[in-house]
Amino acid sequence: MPEDIIGLIRENVIQGRITKDDEGMDEGMVGQPGVTELVEQALASDLRIQDIVTKGLSGGMEVVGQKFEAGEYFIPDMLASAEAVGVAMEILQPRLARSGIKTKGTIIVATVKDDLHDIGKNIVSILLRGAGYAVKDLGHNIDTQVIVDAVREEKPQFLGLSALLTSTMARMADVIQTLEENGLRDQVKIIVGGAPVSEEFAKSIGADGYGADGFQAVAVVEALASGTEN
Amino acid sequence: MPRAGILVDRPYERLTKEQVELIHQASMEILTAPGLISFNEEAVNILHSHGAAVESIPGDHRSWRVKIPEQVVLSAMDSVPGTVKLGARNPDNTIIMQGDEPRVYLITGSETNIWLDVDFPTYVHKSDASREIRVPEFKPRRGTVEDLCQSARVCEHLDMVDGFIRNVNIQDRDITEENKDVNKFFASLNNNTKHFMSGLTSLGQLDNVVRMAELIAGGKKALADNPIISFITCLVKSPLQFVDDTTGTFIEVCRRGLPVAVSSSPQAGTSAPIKEAGIMAQINAEVLAGITLGQLVKPGVPVLYGSVPVRARMDTLSDSYGAIETSQYNIDCVQMARFYGIPNYSTSGVCDSKIPGQQSSIERLFSDIVVAMSGPQYLHCAFGLLDCNSVFCLLQAVLDDAHFKMIKSFLRQPRIDQPEMEAVRKQIRAVAATPQKLYISYIRPVLRSGEISGIYPFEGSGEADDVFELAYEQMKDLLARPVEHIDQKTTARIFEEIPGILPRLNVYERES
Repeated sequence: MPEDIIGLIRENVIQGRITKDDEGMDEGMVGQPGVTELVEQALASDLRIQDIVTKGLSGGMEVVGQKFEAGEYFIPDMLASAEAVGVAMEILQPRLARSGIKTKGTIIVATVKDDLHDIGKNIVSILLRGAGYAVKDLGHNIDTQVIVDAVREEKPQFLGLSALLTSTMARMADVIQTLEENGLRDQVKIIVGGAPVSEEFAKSIGADGYGADGFQAVAVVEALASGTEN
Repeated sequence: MPRAGILVDRPYERLTKEQVELIHQASMEILTAPGLISFNEEAVNILHSHGAAVESIPGDHRSWRVKIPEQVVLSAMDSVPGTVKLGARNPDNTIIMQGDEPRVYLITGSETNIWLDVDFPTYVHKSDASREIRVPEFKPRRGTVEDLCQSARVCEHLDMVDGFIRNVNIQDRDITEENKDVNKFFASLNNNTKHFMSGLTSLGQLDNVVRMAELIAGGKKALADNPIISFITCLVKSPLQFVDDTTGTFIEVCRRGLPVAVSSSPQAGTSAPIKEAGIMAQINAEVLAGITLGQLVKPGVPVLYGSVPVRARMDTLSDSYGAIETSQYNIDCVQMARFYGIPNYSTSGVCDSKIPGQQSSIERLFSDIVVAMSGPQYLHCAFGLLDCNSVFCLLQAVLDDAHFKMIKSFLRQPRIDQPEMEAVRKQIRAVAATPQKLYISYIRPVLRSGEISGIYPFEGSGEADDVFELAYEQMKDLLARPVEHIDQKTTARIFEEIPGILPRLNVYERES
């Protein structure tokens, strides 16, 4: 029943169920395989990676997006689904290259030095993974040099910087300046976010984009990836 | 299933047990000295025949001083039902109140003379014609029977409204003192399937409205089992006087065995002492005197301990329902009623403000929250009322409904028990082990169970304050919704048997 597995993956993305222990949206789902188990079954059944990703994972997220737009789903529902997709993508990661599927890109995220707040950054990470990006999360209170070194080594397409304090948002400018000094600025698109950050501030420090919330952050990354950003 | 109301498990109380006892004792003493002045002779005779001392007062008006001994009051109180059922055309809208259970039912009221229409004219900025704003404009006019129908229709669809007290004084040209009662009862009952309470304009119409209710309920016994109507009578005029006509009405209502609210509305500073102890001792005496009379007329008649205390404004000496003390008196009365085990008719949400706006919202919400927290059973919470209950505005009623949803949400009881704690411990351990340390995935079942309160329902976009416009849209939507009218056959019988109902209220005749 390979086709059913893809359908079940799609359904469990909509339900936001990562494993068999998750409740999901409907009654009586605990104990039934979640996205993790289903993706493993799909791989064991030699189903096409392309179908798992496009028909199962992306197909499910498309429905989730429609439900969110219609007011049927709330942000926790979106996040649950995105997290399920993110987990699936991690499982699929080693096989993606072999199957010729290009990932949408890699993004490094970090909360800047002296700032311990990471809820927003974590939510953005979940949503980006759900959107099909490979996310490397450096964590919070990260030294500028650590971020710069990661950009040099990982060569990501995107760098996401987060700060919650007016006293730490200036560190974002430090990161951008240090990337420039190291000749790395042009190889990565930088988006910034966090409560005190604004579009105006983002422009003033030379960032490529600004996300007011997690959804906008994903939209900005998508726009930067397709070259349609303003 | 009757309506659920809002159970306030641990109600807010201002008075200690000792203070409750002190008020009770003071009230008992007041009823013997000085006692009450009664302008109604029948009440005097009833009380006298049960042991009250009576003395004629010389003067132009026939009146008597009535001194009611404590034992007469306490004996009468023994027959007061602790449970009062208020029926409804739709049985699912039945209200069952226990005097010792702080379960709150939200009721509309009172009878306002002025109906406030709402419009949204557009204003253009003087120096920049491209800038326009829409500002609500409120236009007062005399209320009509069609307005009462509209109000009843909207209140039928307001989720938080548990019962309907007629809230518009019908002042059409063809409404007279003789036909007012039958028209307000029919207009309300025909457009609303919740319990209906009203005062009577003319005692002569009592049997007509009771007969109307019998026809709707399905007969005399059916009405007794499912009392779809009840009455409110202000038989007491503060300080300590039985008014002739309303006392007469009260006696007749009691004889018919239908539920009745015994209401007193003293004003602290003028018709009652300004101090809390004083107004409380007096209002309690006044309400107990009324309840005693009712039980002597017909033991076991269902009554509500009705309290509408208010403080006087210091600038005009008129009522100030927005005063902080007014809410304090109301909360005290709720506690006194619970002390006697009698369901309480209480008051909140009455505001001094003349139009919907910030003053109106703050005044009404303040008292709505604190009085609801005290756990009255039958809360006249002034849906849509403004200007000390002299103005009614449908838009305000829609806002009030939304705000009461928030209050209901706030009054939910905490769920903290062993199974809950075990689940929470498991959750905390699970999240602590994850790199992201977020509890978001645990929100969903709680969200779906309805345990999470919503955002403000009339939230504007961006920085715009669209509250009135959004509420107005909802009001129009509610007005457009159909209501379940009284069936055609019963309507025909009502028009045949009950004189004075305006033909234009017959929806079946209008349709044909």
